[in-house]
Amino acid sequence: MTSKIGNVWVFAEQEGGKIASVSLELVSKGRELAATLGVKTEAVLLGNNIEKSTATLFHYGCSKVYLAESPDLEPFTVLPFADTIIKLAKQHRPNILLFGATPKGRELAPRVASALLAGLTADCTNLRIDDFDDKINGKSYKNKLMQIRPAFGGNIIATIVNTWEDPQMVTVRPGVMRLGEPDASRKGEIEKVKVEIPAHLKVLKVLDKVQKEKSVDLLSSQIVVAGGYGVGSKENFRLVYDLARTIGADVGASRAAVDAGWIDHDHQVGQTGVTVRPKLYIACGISGSIQHRAGMAESGIIVAVNSDPGAPIFSVAHYGIVGDLNDVIPKMIKAYKTKG
Amino acid sequence: MSFNYLVFVKQVPDTKNVTGQAMKPDGTVNRAALPAIFNPEDLNALELAIQLKERFGGEVTVATMGPPAAAEVLRQALYRGADKVALITDRAFAGADTLATSYTLSCFAKNTTKFDLILCGRQAIDGDTAQVGPQLAEKLDLPQICYVEEVLALDKKKIRARRAIDGGFETVECPLPLMLSVIDSNEPRPPSVKRMMKYKKAKTRAELAAKRSSYTDAEELARQEQEYRAKGLWIEEFSAADAKADPERIGLKGSPTKVKNIESVVLKASEMKKVEASEAGIRSLVGELIKEHILG
Ligand SMILES: Cc1cc2nc3c(=O)[nH]c(=O)nc-3n(C[C@H](O)[C@H](O)[C@H](O)COP(=O)(O)OP(=O)(O)OC[C@H]3O[C@@H](n4cnc5c(N)ncnc54)[C@H](O)[C@@H]3O)c2cc1C
Repeated sequence: MTSKIGNVWVFAEQEGGKIASVSLELVSKGRELAATLGVKTEAVLLGNNIEKSTATLFHYGCSKVYLAESPDLEPFTVLPFADTIIKLAKQHRPNILLFGATPKGRELAPRVASALLAGLTADCTNLRIDDFDDKINGKSYKNKLMQIRPAFGGNIIATIVNTWEDPQMVTVRPGVMRLGEPDASRKGEIEKVKVEIPAHLKVLKVLDKVQKEKSVDLLSSQIVVAGGYGVGSKENFRLVYDLARTIGADVGASRAAVDAGWIDHDHQVGQTGVTVRPKLYIACGISGSIQHRAGMAESGIIVAVNSDPGAPIFSVAHYGIVGDLNDVIPKMIKAYKTKG
Repeated sequence: MSFNYLVFVKQVPDTKNVTGQAMKPDGTVNRAALPAIFNPEDLNALELAIQLKERFGGEVTVATMGPPAAAEVLRQALYRGADKVALITDRAFAGADTLATSYTLSCFAKNTTKFDLILCGRQAIDGDTAQVGPQLAEKLDLPQICYVEEVLALDKKKIRARRAIDGGFETVECPLPLMLSVIDSNEPRPPSVKRMMKYKKAKTRAELAAKRSSYTDAEELARQEQEYRAKGLWIEEFSAADAKADPERIGLKGSPTKVKNIESVVLKASEMKKVEASEAGIRSLVGELIKEHILG
C-alpha cells in the first residue's frame, strides 16, 4: 500500500456545549494510537454555537477540529448528525473513527458504519495497533486497530479487526479509557464545515425533553461503597450511606438493588450501568455477577463483604470479609472513626 | 386504520447462566451447552407490537435470522400473539457480523414483506452491540427512534413516542415508515395457553421432513405442507435467494470484522487476603488502607 493512511478521528459528543468526558477519554487514547501510526488526532464536533468548546478538545490533544454548526444540529437528532459525519468521512477518509458508547453514540455509530460499509465493534475495553494475519483468507494487514472487547456477557475477550476499507470504527464506554492530562497551552486548527441537511433527513421532531442532572457521577469517584441485594431493604441502605459518608465515598449499587427500587439507576455499576475505576471499591452484599464485575473489576483495591464464602465477588477482591454486612459495616465505621 | 408491524427477534444463548461447562478448553464458548432463549429486549419489542395492534389494528409479523433451531423463538412469538412468522435461514449466513446481518434483514424486509413499522429490541445479550437496529434502518433508508419506552400516538402518517435519553426522556414525532428500537420498559405477556396448544405444532419444512423419515416422498411432504398451511401452522423459511440477498454481502464474506483471537476470562484467584469479620480484623484492614493512602 502506497496511499497515505488517514488520521484518527473522535466524534466529540456535547450537550449544551459541554464536551462529554468519554470524548476526552477517547481523544487521550486516540493520541496514543495516532502516535504509533504517525498520524494526527482530530475531532468532529457537531451542534450549534459551540465554537468555544473546541478549546477543551485542543487541550486534550486534538490538532484539528472539524466544526459543524447549524440549527439543524441542535437538539441532537440522529439523521442530520449521521449525514454530516458520513459526508466528512467520505471526504477525508480517517483511518480510525472512535465514538463514546453513550446512548447517542450507540445509535449514531451504526448508521454511519452502515453507510460507509465499515466494520463497527461495540464497547471496546482496549485498543492498540498491531499487524493481522488472516490465515483463513491468506491475507496480511499492517498496522491495524486491534478492537478488544468482552463478549458473551463478559465470559470471553475477543480481539476483532476490520479488514475492509477504512475507517475502522469502534465505540468505547465511558470510564474505560484513561483520561490524559489537559494542557491549556495546546492550540489547534478549526475547520468549519458547511452543513446542508436534505429535507428528508429532518423529519424527526423533538417535542419535549426532560433531563435531570445525574444524582451521582460515579465516573470521577475516588472511593465507592456499593450495596447489593444482600443489603435487604431500602431502609437498610442507610448503612451503606453511613459508611460512604464516614470515609468520603460515593454510593454505588448492583442492578438487583436498583431493580428492587432501593436506589436510583444512576448508582448502578456494571455492564448496563457505569464503569468505575476508583482507588477503592467496597462491595457489600453483592454476589459479583459477570455483569457487575464488568463495571468494577479495574478498581485499584476491591474489598468484598459477603456472608457467602463462595460468592464470585471474592475472586476479584483483594480483601475479603466473610460475614454479615449488618455487623461488618458498623465495625468498619467504628474502626475508621477511631483510627490513628 | 391498520398497520403492518414487522418485529425482528433473535434466539440467543443464555449468557446470564454461563457456567464452567460452557467454556471449551480453547477458551471459546460451547454454544450447545447453553440454553437458548428469546432475547429479552426482543420480547419487549414483540410486546409493544402486540399492544399497538390491540390499540390501532393491524398485523404482527415476527422474523428471525438464525439456524433451523431458531424456529423455536418463532413458536414462542406465536404463543404470545404474532400473526405471521418467518425464519430467515441459510448456511451462507454463517459468520455474519452486524453489517452482514442488517443487510440480510433489510433484503428480507424490502423484498418479501410490507411494513409500516419495524420493531427491534435495543440489543441482544450475546453481543450487546445494539447495532443491528440502526444499521437495518440505514440500509432501508428509514428514520429511527431508538430506546423507545412508550408509543403515545400513531396514525397513518406519523408516530409520537417517548424514548429514553441520558438521564431522562424525550418525546419525539416522526413520519412512517420507521424503525423503533425498544428497551426493557414493558412487561412482556406470558404465552397464552390456548395459543400454545395450537401453535406448538407449528413447523418449518425442515422440521416436518425430520419428524418422519417416511416423508421421503416429495409429494407426501407437499401434501403435508398444504395441510399445515391450511391450519396456520406453517413456519415459512427464507433462504438468501428468497430474500434476494447478494451472496457477496452475506455471512462471513459480507462481514468486514474478523475475529483475530478469543481468550476466556480467567479470574485471578487466591490473590485475596482474607480478613476476619472481627473488630480486630476490620481495624487492621482499615489501618492498612490508611497506611497505603487508599483511605484518607
Ligand atoms: C444483560 C444484563 C445486564 C446486566 N447488567 C448489570 C449491571 O450493570 N450491574 C449489575 O450489578 N448487574 C447487572 N446484571 C444483573 C446481574 O446478572 C445480577 O443479577 C446482579 O448483579 C445481582 O445483584 P446482587 O449481587 O446485588 O444480588 P444477588 O446476586 O442476589 O447477591 C446478593 C449477595 O448478597 C449476599 N448477602 C445476602 N445477605 C447478606 C448479608 N446480610 N451480609 C452480607 N452479604 C449478604 C449474598 O450472599 C449474595 O452473594 C445484568 C444482567 C443482565 C442479564
